[in-house]
Amino acid sequence: MTVSILHRITGGALTVAGLAVLTWWLLSLASGNEAYGDFSAIAGTWVGLVVLIGLTWAFFQHLLSGVRHLVMDTGANFELGPNKTFALLTIIGSVVLTAALWFYILGVVK
Amino acid sequence: MSLGDSSTELGKVRGLGSAHEGGDHWISERVTSLALLVLGVWLIASLLFLPTLDYATVREWLRSPLGAVPMALFVITSFYHGLEGLKVVVDDYVHEPGNNFALNTLLLFVAVGGAAFALFALGRIAFGGAA
Repeated sequence: MTVSILHRITGGALTVAGLAVLTWWLLSLASGNEAYGDFSAIAGTWVGLVVLIGLTWAFFQHLLSGVRHLVMDTGANFELGPNKTFALLTIIGSVVLTAALWFYILGVVK
Repeated sequence: MSLGDSSTELGKVRGLGSAHEGGDHWISERVTSLALLVLGVWLIASLLFLPTLDYATVREWLRSPLGAVPMALFVITSFYHGLEGLKVVVDDYVHEPGNNFALNTLLLFVAVGGAAFALFALGRIAFGGAA
């Protein structure tokens, strides 16, 4: 239940906010050094980081629950126990991947 | 999916959810999801492996064929998949035909417009002069 609605919420967020950020990022890169500097500066503020980290989590959560849906499309994993375990694993997986990625980015690059 | 007269009763209703059509849409949503699984991981890995994310480095990456082409595919596929996904949400929650049509049309325009801007920007980076 929870993971199913999370799939919709993260999908909606990735489409609306994620694609807006992607398009803004590409347009700033196309517009010149100054525009890209503005984008980078805003992305580096704490609000920017919260949005980017949120989008990263949404991406991993949507990816993992998407794989879960593909598995269920084959008719597999409908038993209550394993189904619940897989659902829980998508949440643990998305949090771990997001944390690992951002610890790496904030620790190594900056 | 074409549904001929020789279809069984079950065959005729398959794929007919709240949108009353959409077997093709259902398949397409899954095929684009597989493409995005690959392209999304490619995008994150590429950004991680760039030495820095400064203007010159990112532009040089997006000017190379192995940067520009997968990015173009990512833009097209992600806008398409996002449009397909939001259409399902609209069809599930907005039942009044006029509102449903209006919202789906708005979504289509925003998605096509957004993709056009993103591709224009990418083209300008890839085919423009050096930074």
